[in-house]
Amino acid sequence: MSTFILLTLTGLGLAALYFLVASGLSLVFGLADVLNFAHGLFLSVGAYATWWAAGHLPGAGPTGFGFVLAAAFGVVAGAAVAALVELVLIRPLYSRTIEQVLVTVGLSLAGVALLQATWGADPRPFPRPEWTRGVTGIGGANIPNASLLLVLAAAAVLTLLLLFLRFTRVGLVIRAGVENREMVTALGIDVRKAFTLVFAIGGAAAALAGALGGVYLGSVSPAQGGSLLIFAFIVVVIGGMGSVVGSAYAAVAVGLLQQFVNYYGTAGLGDICVVALLAIVLLVRPQGIAGRAVTA
Amino acid sequence: MTQAVSAEAPPAATPPELAPPRRRLAAFAPLVVLVVAVLLPYSTLPLPGLFDGALNKPGNLQILAVCLVFGGLAASYDLLFGRTGLLSFGHALYFAAGVYGTDVLVTHAGFPLWQAAVFAVVGSTILAALLGAIALRTAGIAFAMVTLAFAQVGAILVARDFGGLTGGEEGLPLASDGLPDFLLGVANTVNLYWLALAYLAVVVLVVSRVAASPTGRVLAGLRDDERRVGVLGLDPYRYKLVAFTLAGGLAALGGVVYLLVVGGASPHVTSSELTLSLLVMVVLGGPGTRWGPVLGGILYMYLDHRLTSLSADLPGPLGQPLFVLGAIFILAVYFFPGGLASLRTRIAPLRAALKRSPTS
Amino acid sequence: MTEPILKVDDLSVRIAGLHILQGVSFTVAPTGVTALLGRNGVGKTTTLRAIVGLTPRGGEVSGSASFGTVDTLRTPTHRLVRAGLGYVPEDRCVFAGLTVAENLRLAERPGAAPAYDRVFALFPELAKRAKQRAGTLSGGQQQMLAIGRVLLADNTLLLVDEPTKGLAPKVVTEVAEALEAVAEEVPVLLVEQNLAVVRRLARDAVVLAAGKVAWTGAASRLLGEPELTKALLGVGSAGVHA
Repeated sequence: MSTFILLTLTGLGLAALYFLVASGLSLVFGLADVLNFAHGLFLSVGAYATWWAAGHLPGAGPTGFGFVLAAAFGVVAGAAVAALVELVLIRPLYSRTIEQVLVTVGLSLAGVALLQATWGADPRPFPRPEWTRGVTGIGGANIPNASLLLVLAAAAVLTLLLLFLRFTRVGLVIRAGVENREMVTALGIDVRKAFTLVFAIGGAAAALAGALGGVYLGSVSPAQGGSLLIFAFIVVVIGGMGSVVGSAYAAVAVGLLQQFVNYYGTAGLGDICVVALLAIVLLVRPQGIAGRAVTA
Repeated sequence: MTQAVSAEAPPAATPPELAPPRRRLAAFAPLVVLVVAVLLPYSTLPLPGLFDGALNKPGNLQILAVCLVFGGLAASYDLLFGRTGLLSFGHALYFAAGVYGTDVLVTHAGFPLWQAAVFAVVGSTILAALLGAIALRTAGIAFAMVTLAFAQVGAILVARDFGGLTGGEEGLPLASDGLPDFLLGVANTVNLYWLALAYLAVVVLVVSRVAASPTGRVLAGLRDDERRVGVLGLDPYRYKLVAFTLAGGLAALGGVVYLLVVGGASPHVTSSELTLSLLVMVVLGGPGTRWGPVLGGILYMYLDHRLTSLSADLPGPLGQPLFVLGAIFILAVYFFPGGLASLRTRIAPLRAALKRSPTS
Repeated sequence: MTEPILKVDDLSVRIAGLHILQGVSFTVAPTGVTALLGRNGVGKTTTLRAIVGLTPRGGEVSGSASFGTVDTLRTPTHRLVRAGLGYVPEDRCVFAGLTVAENLRLAERPGAAPAYDRVFALFPELAKRAKQRAGTLSGGQQQMLAIGRVLLADNTLLLVDEPTKGLAPKVVTEVAEALEAVAEEVPVLLVEQNLAVVRRLARDAVVLAAGKVAWTGAASRLLGEPELTKALLGVGSAGVHA
């Protein structure tokens, strides 16, 4: 029983990481039709900015409130880089989908190389606040606090995102834009402003994933974002592109499946099962579990 | 509507006897280049700055062979991307299936090389057909994501080393007992070079034959506007699957040659970075053209090699070959949308203008 | 003759290599309804979409369309709409996942009071169904929402694309009545297949054929001569009196 609880909660921790990356990816895709290969870079930026801030930013530090400040710095950096990428690189290419993909591919190659050139290819030890190194007993299982932190953070982000989409004017524009971008402009709204915002939100969520993922793994390396990105893509496709709630369901399914199969089967088998799940979903429901709607 | 589709046929379809003399000469140019490439290993010409030592040194020939394989591989990828408009991020999977399939069959199962190669290529082609059948249920960006996910399974299988077959991170050196003598030893590197050249020629031939065929015109129609092909009563799905399967088979063949050239399999051939770099090669070279992707592939691999050996001396991010390539790539998308192949059309008016000016 | 509110001049549109419009020129009067007519596939919807700047990706547009001092072909869609060019698309295009109230709220403009009174006076049904998802409305209700959404702001010209398409006869009458009321305040460029509706609403008519303007004149004249109607629109006079 305790193993079951442990696997469930660590699986949910993994799911939280996927959700944080996938939600932004999904919104960006749903609204702006951009497949963002540089999204993994936003995660790495968040991780490295947090790591840097913990050591250098006045007031920030590796533990306690200092770490919160460092992570906040990381999140802001991720959002800023994402908004900048949208404004400078993506915007001139709107409605040219393939070129946008190409530019984000180039950016992901160059960005990771840039991080490598600056801080080296080897993993760096990441600051781990006191509390996250401990465990919490739940139902007889000792759950790593870092996992719990991830789950709580993802739940908070999910709630905030849904509130934002439901109750703000920009949220309304985003929901409508995911459904039919053209009609939003035909109502006199400059939908491109929403694109920048969605990029920034996605960048912030990915950067948070980078900071908390660093805590969870205990280290940070330039290629981390890229390997997570593939599973985030799978989550986005399974969940239905443009759907935040769909991403959440899909992230939970993928995280749990991976954790359980990797534990009870051979290591690596879980990853393969995830791709099999993707194939099944595509055969049964090519539009993903939530179709193409942003909230339902 | 039929007219509009057939208008996409490549201009190379003009019969040589109708073409002006300059064009007729141009038609022979590839043949001349091929002959030069075949004779290249007899040259002891040193090219300082481009290669270390004489051109026909085994080390240089091996680099050239790798470049040629990637030229062919890029051309096979262009069958999907440039000719059919399918953005696959999983092309590395079929290449890797060729590499590892052959290697495992020779090294672990003791098959003779040719048998292992046939099994690996046929198996990879079937794999491409099966996975293509699933992935093509989606379109556009979702297709890209799904092919990426499938290829990731290949990367995981290789990295986890199930049953000790693949050697995991270490890779799997090719056992030499199953190989014919003429492919063994440093002195025979020249044979590997010719093998790679033959592979490149086969891919170029197959791709340009397909592109000029009625099927190729349908593929071009799919790339430009899928609805139009649907209107003609043709099933886009089938044509796309044919292109996907054929491209997968050609990539697997390239995998076999690559395995022989480098003498073993290493996990980087399964990585998504490999597919991304194929995309870079095709875009830099010029998608949907006969020679663009080939040139892009050769140039990319050469630059990759040179930058890696040069980069140690360069400061900061310039020391990272991927940074330079990524930056070149981004710039190319903005300023150079047709790739290298568009250079000719861009230079042509300039040349014409220059030629006109003395007479006027 | 007063100055036209919209002047389309030599409008050509190419989409995916097909020449859909080949030099279309016509004007829209500053009052009343101008009907844009023609058989299926002659480019009526393409014309409206080109005017409002929503030609599909890869399409090439040339010519000009002057709306006041603005050339609509060179102005982004959202600016045109803010300048008073209302567009009600074909197939209604309401946001199915949003509620009726949200669909309307989306059309509010910052800095201008939304005219909910006008909309609800015309379509009381919309006020009653504010919390319902637009995707669950009937076709007629969706059409009312699509028109109501545009009327929330003040317009100087409305482009309305096939508002009665696929609706039951009783609902067609309701929509026509509503448009009649709207047209008393704002000029309308109307694409419509139902000739009874055209007869009721339109004063002027522009007929397209094979990507060009084939006929312009008074709508009553076009529909009053069965031979002319049949030659231009391919239907007998029976359809006119339905």
